[in-house]
Amino acid sequence: MRAGSTLYLDGVSVVFDGFRALNNLSLVVEPGELRAVIGPNGAGKTTMMDVITGKTRPTAGDVRFGDRDLTRLDEAAIATLGIGRKFQKPTVFDALTVFENLELALKAPRGPVACLRWALSGEARRRIEAVLDETGLAPRAQDRAAILSHGQRQWLEIGMLLMQDPELLLVDEPVAGMTDQETEHTAALLRRIAGGRSVVVVEHDLEFVRALGRRVTVLHEGGVLSEGSIDHVQNDPRVVEVYLGR
Amino acid sequence: MAHLIQAALLLLAFALPAAAQQQPDAFDAALPGLVGNFNQQAEAVERLGALGDPRAVPVLRALSDGRLLKRPDGSGVVPPGEAAPPGAEAVRVNNRVRVALRGALGRLQLVSPEPGERLAAAEAVFRSRDAANAPLLEAALAREAVPRIRAQMELSLAASRLVATDEDAKRAAVSALGATASTDARALLLEARAANPGLSGAIDAAVAAIDRRLSLRRAAETLFQGLSLGSVLLLAALGLAVTFGVMGVINMAHGEMVMIGAYTAVLVQEALRNVPALLPWSLPLSVPAAFAVAALVGALIERGLIRHLYGRPLETLLMTFGVGMILQQAVRTLFGAQNREVISPAWMQGTLTLPGGVAVTQNRLWIIVFGVAVLLAVLAAIRLTRFGLEMRAVVQNRRIAATMGIRTGRVDALTFAFGSGVAGMAGVALSQIDNVSPNLGTGYIIDSFMVVVFGGVGSLAGTLVGAMALGVVNKVLEPWAGAVLAKVAVLVALMLFIQRRPRGLFALRGRAADA
Amino acid sequence: MSATVASPAPARAGTAAARNVLRWVLLGAVLLLALLPVLNRLPADSALHVSDFVVSVTGKWITYAILALAIDLAWGYAGILSLGHGAFFALGGYAIGMHLMRLIGPRGVYGHSTLPDFMVFLGYRELPWYWLGFEHFPFALLMALAVPGLLAAMVGFLAFRSRITGVYFSIITQAMTYALMLAFFRNDMGFGGNNGFTDFKELLGIPLNTPNARAALFYASLAALLGAYWICARVVGSKLGRVLVAVRDAESRVRFLGYDTTRVKLFVFVLSAVLAGLAGALYVPQVGIINPGEFSPGNSIEAVVWVAVGGRGTLVGALLGAFSVNALKTWLTSVAPDLWLFALGGLFVAVTLFLPRGLVGVLRRPGT
Repeated sequence: MRAGSTLYLDGVSVVFDGFRALNNLSLVVEPGELRAVIGPNGAGKTTMMDVITGKTRPTAGDVRFGDRDLTRLDEAAIATLGIGRKFQKPTVFDALTVFENLELALKAPRGPVACLRWALSGEARRRIEAVLDETGLAPRAQDRAAILSHGQRQWLEIGMLLMQDPELLLVDEPVAGMTDQETEHTAALLRRIAGGRSVVVVEHDLEFVRALGRRVTVLHEGGVLSEGSIDHVQNDPRVVEVYLGR
Repeated sequence: MAHLIQAALLLLAFALPAAAQQQPDAFDAALPGLVGNFNQQAEAVERLGALGDPRAVPVLRALSDGRLLKRPDGSGVVPPGEAAPPGAEAVRVNNRVRVALRGALGRLQLVSPEPGERLAAAEAVFRSRDAANAPLLEAALAREAVPRIRAQMELSLAASRLVATDEDAKRAAVSALGATASTDARALLLEARAANPGLSGAIDAAVAAIDRRLSLRRAAETLFQGLSLGSVLLLAALGLAVTFGVMGVINMAHGEMVMIGAYTAVLVQEALRNVPALLPWSLPLSVPAAFAVAALVGALIERGLIRHLYGRPLETLLMTFGVGMILQQAVRTLFGAQNREVISPAWMQGTLTLPGGVAVTQNRLWIIVFGVAVLLAVLAAIRLTRFGLEMRAVVQNRRIAATMGIRTGRVDALTFAFGSGVAGMAGVALSQIDNVSPNLGTGYIIDSFMVVVFGGVGSLAGTLVGAMALGVVNKVLEPWAGAVLAKVAVLVALMLFIQRRPRGLFALRGRAADA
Repeated sequence: MSATVASPAPARAGTAAARNVLRWVLLGAVLLLALLPVLNRLPADSALHVSDFVVSVTGKWITYAILALAIDLAWGYAGILSLGHGAFFALGGYAIGMHLMRLIGPRGVYGHSTLPDFMVFLGYRELPWYWLGFEHFPFALLMALAVPGLLAAMVGFLAFRSRITGVYFSIITQAMTYALMLAFFRNDMGFGGNNGFTDFKELLGIPLNTPNARAALFYASLAALLGAYWICARVVGSKLGRVLVAVRDAESRVRFLGYDTTRVKLFVFVLSAVLAGLAGALYVPQVGIINPGEFSPGNSIEAVVWVAVGGRGTLVGALLGAFSVNALKTWLTSVAPDLWLFALGGLFVAVTLFLPRGLVGVLRRPGT
């Protein structure tokens, strides 16, 4: 465990061609916290992630991780800072094995010549094996990612993020398309990996969010609508109105 | 000088009674001098020249050719065309007479019934720069009705006056010359500068004015050439813009579609050779024929081959390259590798001179018009037809279009056929300015791609602007760098431009536009 | 609960047995090739005699195989389809050509001690500055590698930095080689114009067009092929190779992982160009001529089809494709020249439609 950084979003707005994707959004995630972010489609969840990882520049507002201003950095730099993102669609590398996927994500020099000279050290192997265990993928280590099941691909992707030893993990709809069993496994996995790092999970599945058992933030139309425990949020009349209509 | 006075006196002598009497007297009176000694001959020749009577022309010509006969009794000449009496001898001349003959004939041509001769005479007088010609020109001007010949005569008059002695006349001449855009006038002015230091200011101003007009004309001609090249590029690239824009398909056989269109024009010409009434129309008739043939070939390629590679642009690129190769070799086998000619109809030949002296060739002018017409037709097809609507829907969002019941496969086939057909029409136009051979297409494929990529994939406006811009820039660079380096420079500049704006000038926004 | 994990296997399919067979086949092929110049020395009526023609044409194919490897490295492994590798090949060829021209010395038609014939013909007084140094072989060889590399670095840097990929990049490489072709066709560039360089006399002290020269060049090419293969195999089998494959399949994801994909792609592209330049440098002394036609856009695309036919994404495929397509070409153009272009076009169509993995794909997984 190390002292982590806090993620601050303060008054962040993003405007695309007149459309306000994010509207004065403010959010704080403490180090080691596991936070769920929910909201209807178009609420700005994905855009928020895009802003944090540097894929989109905010039109206004402050985005900080610890004392670093994220709006000034590009994607690769933000990744190196220790912010990892798992996408909705799992994008693991089909042509490589599970092991090779993890090896690629290992924290190691990234230059072309360094990659050419790279040899798998004992320590690196141990790290990969640890992640294989944590994600439960050890039996499939030599299989090409193309033949994994959907759930396994999601865990592999989470595993790849873990390889980078991130301080902050952004996870976008991890259980979409998973079986109930896989969903449980995923909730346990995310609980396990938070603690040493901050994890922000975006999801629709309220049962899954309940299984996570942590603080929930509700987004609506680019801003924060409500925040608190799952019960608090589910009973908040504003949330009920937005989700169910009056 | 003496001759001038003599001529003037003679004119006076014969002009006064000419009001009551007819010119023939002066003419007939001068004729006998031709059979006298050489001096008399020269005088007579000059007199005849000064009269401005067209009948003197055949006589003087005959004399110059050595064909003029004198009567055996020495009384006069045998008018040309009349039967030669026995014993008639040819009249001999010496160099002095010859010089006089040249001058006289030149002057007489100023009033010849043939406009072409008058113009040529006026230009000759301009070059000879003799102040003595001034009155002749004035007289000729009085009778001249054709504006173009008048302009040349006025120019020649100014040139003649420039070497006169009268300062005012000279000044007038300088400003007259300065109002033209003639390089000859410019040279004259510069020559006269040394001899007329007092007029140097006026001459400099006149030369500057001419230079301004000349550079404007050069700019206009460069612009025309640029537009012409641009229209060629536009025609070649238009079909590609449609297929690349709508389907994301890189069709490396596009050049061969152009080539097929050109060969269709050859075939139509051959077919109509036996139908003389239609032969002048062979080129216009080739246009729809080329569209049809190329469209058919395109449709076959699309349905048979390309649709199997949907969504794989790199493979499509390679495959269509192979198809293009096959088409080229097929044409080479069928028609032979040599160049074929497609004859321009009469109304497309020749050169027009626009106001300001800008020369434009007719065939290129027609190609510009044709290019714009084709662009408008394509625009109309896209905006106004059902097919065009479906095509636009598929460009913007293929999946949604399919769910709305648009048969995207059919749209693809029709689009590809349409684009190929447009390329075929381009081939007909290109047959007029380029050799028709099996590898006609390879010369245009890269240029077409650069136009489309520069202008912005999926945008017809981009194709138009891109083609014209590339054409004009190419032609502007040519005088400095030569044709090849200009082309290379344009390619390099394009490559750099694409780095800055990978989506081209008029980029289609939105996620669906990502190729 | 950690399972013992075996050492990471390469991401290629195929059983260990199949790979062994492949290894033996390759070894056999190399040995056979190495024998050719030896068999060429046998008396002409001997049963195993191999003609001069076979030696020189095989030597030419070997240089083509190096070019194919270069293209495959960039395309099959990194997804960078360059349709302008002919330009790198030609630049390497011109560099060595310049050296060979300098070696002619006073033995040219005009007998000038320093100026090549075409320069005398065009009225040059002295060598242009960019010819200086080419009388030394090491310098010329260096330039044969460095000039294509530099060009690739420039074009690649500009393109990759702007995230230009796929067909757009391919078109740009076509424009690049087309522009170079136009430029080199000009007679006043100092590169021989449309005639190029020819009439070479010797290289490294060995007179060309002799059995010794042929053999030396053949073995040099074979050695270069083996070297190029080794380099490519090292790259492909290393973590860099896996990064390349990842970039090929999902570049933005690799970027998210913190890799500077521009640098990675640039590295591979430049390496690929250098290998192509090497191939060109070995090619020119063997065929005895280099002219601007080598820059033609069609040449580059034809080289790509070798790789496509053989099987891109495998090193063996590049070799197989280069040899088989060129063998077909040599055979067809002597037997039925008009058919060759049909065959080549047909190859393009057939390979893209039916054999996306090329011949290697057919051999490896029959029936899949």
